[in-house]
Amino acid sequence: MSDVSRDTMLLTTPFHSRVEAMCDLNDWGNWMGYTTPNAYFDIELEYFAVRSTTGVFDLSPMNKYRVTGPDAQRYLDRLITRDVGKIGVDRVGYAIWCDDNGQVMDDGTIFRLGEQDYRICSYQRADDWLAWNTLGFDVTIENESEAVAGLAVQGPTSCTVLTLLGCTDLNQLKPFGIAHYSFEGRPLMVSRTGFTGDLGYEVWVPPESAEALWDQLFELGRDYLIKPIGSHALELARIEAGFLQANVDFMPAEEVVRVGRTRSPFELGLGWLVDFKKPLFNGRSALLKEQEKGSRYRFAMLDVEGNKPAEHSFILKGDKQVGTVTSAAWCPTAKANVAYAQIEMPHGAVGDELVAEIYYQRELHWTRLLAPCKVIDAPIFKSPKRWQTPAPPH
Amino acid sequence: MNQYDAIVIGAGHNGLTNGAYLAKAGLKVAVLERNPYIGGATVSRELHKGWWYSNCSYVSSLLRPEITRDLELPRHGLQVVSFGGGATFMRNGDHFGNYSDHDRHYREMARHSKRDANAYDRYAADTSLQTKLIRPYLMRTPPDPTSMKPKDLRDLLEFARSFMDLGEEKLLDTIKFWTASVGDYLNEYFETDVIKAHMAGSGIIGTALGVYSPGTAYVLLHHYMGDVDGNVGAWGFARGGMGAIADALSKAFQSYGGEIICDANVDEIIVKNGRAAGVALKDGTEYKAPIVVSNLDPKRTFLDITNPSDLPKDVLKKARNFKIRGSSGKLNIALDGLPVFNGLDPRNRLMAGDLHFSDSLERQERAYDDWKAGTWSKDPYLDMMIPSLTDPTMAPPGKHMMSVFVQYAPPKVEGREWTDEDKDGFEKSVIDQISNYSPNFRDLILHCETRTPREIEAEVGLTEGNIFMGELTFDQLLFNRPFPGYAQYRSPIKGMYMCSSGTHPGGGVMAAPGANAAREILADLKKPNTVPGGYADD
Repeated sequence: MSDVSRDTMLLTTPFHSRVEAMCDLNDWGNWMGYTTPNAYFDIELEYFAVRSTTGVFDLSPMNKYRVTGPDAQRYLDRLITRDVGKIGVDRVGYAIWCDDNGQVMDDGTIFRLGEQDYRICSYQRADDWLAWNTLGFDVTIENESEAVAGLAVQGPTSCTVLTLLGCTDLNQLKPFGIAHYSFEGRPLMVSRTGFTGDLGYEVWVPPESAEALWDQLFELGRDYLIKPIGSHALELARIEAGFLQANVDFMPAEEVVRVGRTRSPFELGLGWLVDFKKPLFNGRSALLKEQEKGSRYRFAMLDVEGNKPAEHSFILKGDKQVGTVTSAAWCPTAKANVAYAQIEMPHGAVGDELVAEIYYQRELHWTRLLAPCKVIDAPIFKSPKRWQTPAPPH
Repeated sequence: MNQYDAIVIGAGHNGLTNGAYLAKAGLKVAVLERNPYIGGATVSRELHKGWWYSNCSYVSSLLRPEITRDLELPRHGLQVVSFGGGATFMRNGDHFGNYSDHDRHYREMARHSKRDANAYDRYAADTSLQTKLIRPYLMRTPPDPTSMKPKDLRDLLEFARSFMDLGEEKLLDTIKFWTASVGDYLNEYFETDVIKAHMAGSGIIGTALGVYSPGTAYVLLHHYMGDVDGNVGAWGFARGGMGAIADALSKAFQSYGGEIICDANVDEIIVKNGRAAGVALKDGTEYKAPIVVSNLDPKRTFLDITNPSDLPKDVLKKARNFKIRGSSGKLNIALDGLPVFNGLDPRNRLMAGDLHFSDSLERQERAYDDWKAGTWSKDPYLDMMIPSLTDPTMAPPGKHMMSVFVQYAPPKVEGREWTDEDKDGFEKSVIDQISNYSPNFRDLILHCETRTPREIEAEVGLTEGNIFMGELTFDQLLFNRPFPGYAQYRSPIKGMYMCSSGTHPGGGVMAAPGANAAREILADLKKPNTVPGGYADD
C-alpha cells in the first residue's frame, strides 16, 4: 500500500472494467491522464475491425466543453475560424481555433445541441483559453469531460450494431448528424462522426451508463464481428484516412517555446476551415496578412515509393532539405506508403516530386534509403461507405 | 473484328494480371475465359442463398503488394483483411493455439513444452533466413543458368552471391533445407507432436507428398513467403471472397482498355510459319493476335491446346513428365451457427484462423499413405477456415461459411475415375473428422459443396486438381519451372508465352507469374516496361 495519496494517480475511464477485461496484451498508455489501451490483442486485426466489421474505441478522455447562453454562437464565431452559423441544430462541424497570430491551437468538433447550446470536443485541454475568450460574451462554459463518456463505434457493420442497440432509423442519419435516444432510462446521443474515414459513429452517454452500454454493444455486436480497438490501431486508420493529430502533425500554438514552430491553418492544409466573411475571429488579421504575403510551409500528403514507412524522415528536393515528415505509415487497406509532411514553400504543390530520406533499423543495423515520393491531392483511403445515406448494413 | 495485339487464355488472377500489364503498355488485349464467369480458381460463388464461398483458393497472403498498389486494386474495390489465430485440436481434448503476439505465443507453446517454446525463436530466425533468400526473386524472371546473356549472368552471379554470403555453416543448412522434408526439418527444433504437426501442415498443402518426403520443407517456405503489409507470413481474406481479387484485377484490366470474353473455350493456338497467330475456339470462332499467352497449366498448354506438330519433341516430353499430381479436395459448407470445438470457447479469437485436427506428424504421414494406396485419407489433414468470423459479407449475421481444404485426395481412386459414391465417401471422411472434435458441427450443416480432384479439374481446368499447377519441389522451381530451358515465360513458338502458376514463382494467389510474364513480353516487343519490381527485402 502506497503511503502517498492516490488522488493524483492516473485516472481510468468509465469503461475501464470492461476495457481491462478485454485487454489481452496488457499494453497500456497514458492519454490525457487516463490509463488507456495501446492495443487489446493485435494492432493489425484491431485496425481491420474498423475497415471490415466494427471497432470500438473508448474516447472518454477527450475534452468536452459545454457552451451555453444567449451569446453562445457569437462567442464560438469569435473563437473558431469557420462560420458557426452554418452548423445546424443536431449537426457537428469540424473546426480549428487559432491564437491571435493565426496559429493553430487545436482542432476538434463542435456539436450543436440547441439554438444556443454547443459542445466543443477537443484533443487538448482548453479551459483557460475558453475562459479568457468569454470576456464580453454572455456565455457559460462548463467542462463536462468527466460527465460524458464516449465510444467511437466505427466500421462497416457499426450502423447495424447500433440499430440493434435501439438507435432506430440510424441508417438515415447523415454524416455529421446527431441523433438522440435513451438507453436504460438515461440519454444516449449518437453522432455520425469519427477519426477513421469509414462509416462510423460516436456514442455519448453519462458515465453511469458506460458499463451497461459496453456490455450490450459487445453482446449485440457479436454476430457483426465487433472488436475493441486501441490507440495504435486508431493511429493507423487516421493516417490512412487523412486526419491530422495535434502534438503529432502540429504543435498546439500556446505550448510552443521556439520561434517558428507553430503553424497556421493554411500551412496545415486547413484553409478551407477559415471563413474571412466573418468580420472578426481570433487570428483573422494575421491570417489575412498571411494570405497576402504567402505561407512559410505547405502541408503535403506524400505517396512514398517502396514499403518502408517514412517515419521522421527529412524531405529533399534535389540535395536540398525542404521539409520533414510528421506522420507516416504503410496503409494496410490502400496498400500504399503514406506520409504527411511539412514542406517549405514554394515546394510541395500537388504533383511535386520529392525524395524521402528514410532511416530504418533491422537487427541493430541502420539503413538510409532515399525513396522518391509524390505529393497527392487527397487521402489515399476513401471509403464510399463513409458518405452513404442510408448507411450500408455492412 | 477479332484482331488483337495480344490474347491471354484464361481469366484467372494471373491471366488478368498479365492482360492488365500488357494493356497498360498500350496493347489491345483480350482475355478469353472458358467459364461464364471470370476468376479461374480465384472466385466467390453464392452456391447457397446468402452464403458466399471462396470455393477454390481461400486465403490471400501471397498476392504481391507491389501489384496491388501498382494496379490500384483497392481503388477497384479490393479490400484484403488480415485474419489471426488458428489452432490444432488434439485427440486428448486439448489444443495448440497460434497467437500473433510473440510472448503470448511463447506461453501457449510453453504450456506444451518450455524447450519448444524457446526453440521457436531459433526456428523462426532460420526459417526467415530461407524466406529472405527466395523472396527477392518473386517479382523477377529466373535467370537461365545456361545463358550467356549479360542479364542472366548478372542475375546468376547475384543469386550465387546471396548464397555464398551466408557463410559455410548457413550455406550447408540452406542446401539441406531446400531438399529436406518438413518433418525432419521440424524435428531439428521441436519435441512436441502437436507443435510439429501444426507447423508441418504448410509443408504439404497442395502437394502430393508427405511430411517425411524430401522437398516439403521448401513448400513450408512457399506458404511463409507471403506478406500482408510487410508482416511476413501473415494471412488475409479478400473481403467478399477471393472473387474480389479477380473482380478488381478485371476492373484494372478494363480501365486500360482490355476486353474480357467469357464462354470462350479455346481449342487450339493457331501457329503460322512458326509464329503464334491467334486462337481458335471450340465453337469455331477465331481471334487473331501476334501474341498469345497461356494461363493454363503447362500440361494443358502444350498437350491440349497446342498442336504437337508445332512443338519440338523435347517440350512435349517435358510437358508430359511435368509433375502435377492431384493431392487435395475441398468442402465448402454453409453453417447455421458457429460450431463448438472441444477445449475451446467459441468466442476465442483462435477460431478466426486456420484450424486443424492432425496432432502428430505420424497421423499426417499415415494420411499420405492412403493417398499412395490410391484412396482418400481416412484420417485426413484439414486446413479449415471460417472466413465469416472475419468478413461479415460471407454469410448472414450469426451464420457462418466454412472452407475446408482436405488432404489427401488422389487424382484417381485406386487407378480408376472418381465416382459419385467415392465423392460421398470422401465427404463423409471429412465431416466425420470435424465431428470427432465438434459435437454440434453436423447439425449446423445447411449446405455442402464437395470438390474432389475430379470436380476441380472439370470446373476450373487445373490438371488433376493440383492447386499449384505443378508441384513446388526444387526440380520444378526457379529456372526449372515449368521445365529447364523454358523458365522465362517464353515457349518454343515465337509469340507464344506462359503466365500461369506453372511458371516461376509458382502457385498461390500471388499474381507474380502473370506480371513477370508481361515484363518479358513487353521486352520482346521493345515496349516500355509497365511492371513494377519487387520491394527490397531486408
